[in-house]
Amino acid sequence: MSLKRCQVKAMKIILTATSPALDAEVDPRFGRGVYLLVVDPDTMEWEAHPNPGLNAPGGAGIQAAQFVTEHKAGAAISGDFGPHAFEALRAAGISMHVYGNCRTVRDAIERFKAGHLEQVGTATHGECDEGHHG
Amino acid sequence: MIVAVASGKGGTGKTTIATSLALSLAVEQSPAPLFLDCDVEAPNAHLFLKPTFKQSEPVGILIPVVDEACCTHCGRCAEICQYHAIAVLGKKTLVFPQLCHGCGSCAALCPEKAIEEVPNKIGVVEHGTARDGIPFARGVLDVGEPMAVPIIRRLKNWFRPQPGQTVIVDVPPGTSCPVVAAVRGADFLLLVTEPTPFGLHDLRLAAQIARELEIPAGVVINRENGRFADLESFCEAEHLPILMRIPFERAIAEGIARGQALVEIRPEYQERFQEMFAQILAASQTMTTAREIIK
Repeated sequence: MSLKRCQVKAMKIILTATSPALDAEVDPRFGRGVYLLVVDPDTMEWEAHPNPGLNAPGGAGIQAAQFVTEHKAGAAISGDFGPHAFEALRAAGISMHVYGNCRTVRDAIERFKAGHLEQVGTATHGECDEGHHG
Repeated sequence: MIVAVASGKGGTGKTTIATSLALSLAVEQSPAPLFLDCDVEAPNAHLFLKPTFKQSEPVGILIPVVDEACCTHCGRCAEICQYHAIAVLGKKTLVFPQLCHGCGSCAALCPEKAIEEVPNKIGVVEHGTARDGIPFARGVLDVGEPMAVPIIRRLKNWFRPQPGQTVIVDVPPGTSCPVVAAVRGADFLLLVTEPTPFGLHDLRLAAQIARELEIPAGVVINRENGRFADLESFCEAEHLPILMRIPFERAIAEGIARGQALVEIRPEYQERFQEMFAQILAASQTMTTAREIIK
């Protein structure tokens, strides 16, 4: 129990948000979420980053997954994980959770801490939907 | 003479026009025109020209395979891949074959030489002889594969016309990369449209491709049911000649649904297609002459 507590303390989480604030509305898209919020759930310290892949023609989910690993976060929270993002996050050993009916980022963090956010084991939307390719 | 048949909007009648143009020219040209179905995501010209395929060849692109024993996860490959087809996630380097364009940058720039390139099949090209002796070739993209361009490029290089042979290219719908790949190198762009706001919207985009690639273009209005003033004024303003008008007729739709070509349903169209081709030749020659004068 004490070991688990210790791990939780060290773990940052990343959430997708529509604006750079803890009380922002959640952004349900992982690869195309407007902001990525890096949050320490224990201290509630946070920082917001514009999503690097927001306007990418393809591979946005992969870019967001790389962002998560670069920030050494242990969990990603969003409304939706596409097949590429899912594969990348799983390979990196990052747990994925979905917003469900959470309205704000703060709300989602509280539920995450209480262990009430659903963890996903498969991609939450369909095959390749990157739009057109060059 | 390469005539590309495009539309922007899907379902306007590209294949209807392309196949009947080929059949009409096969009557008066020797050798018969070469037909290339470049709509590799959903090729359907075979339904009307009924070829027997004699040869088939796989098409692939080279994708990276990472030797995890040599990889230091430095992230150089992920950094230079503009398609995000390769990602470094902590102590793992992942490849996403469907996003890879096969450029080889990751392998060339890997400081550890940990990346090997291996062929990954994405579809096939095949050819044979169709009705009335028409040489027919097409590309077919494998189900689930997103990238059409390498197959279109391969198709156009694989099956080349004899000197003086007319080529008819059935172009995919839309105005994105596969369309540009199919249209590139054509001497004339035949734009098939329908008299609807959606048809006109996409005709505008397709006409921009013609302008950008400096290919002379003309318009076929299919399923015409009275004049659509916006379409007429667009063609006039853009100096796009309207080369043919096909009325909205139930009998034509029924015949096409049975796999008949337009010139089978309405044999009198054969002459109209031949005349249209003569106009295309003239327009293309005028363009060539104009270019020479400018030079």
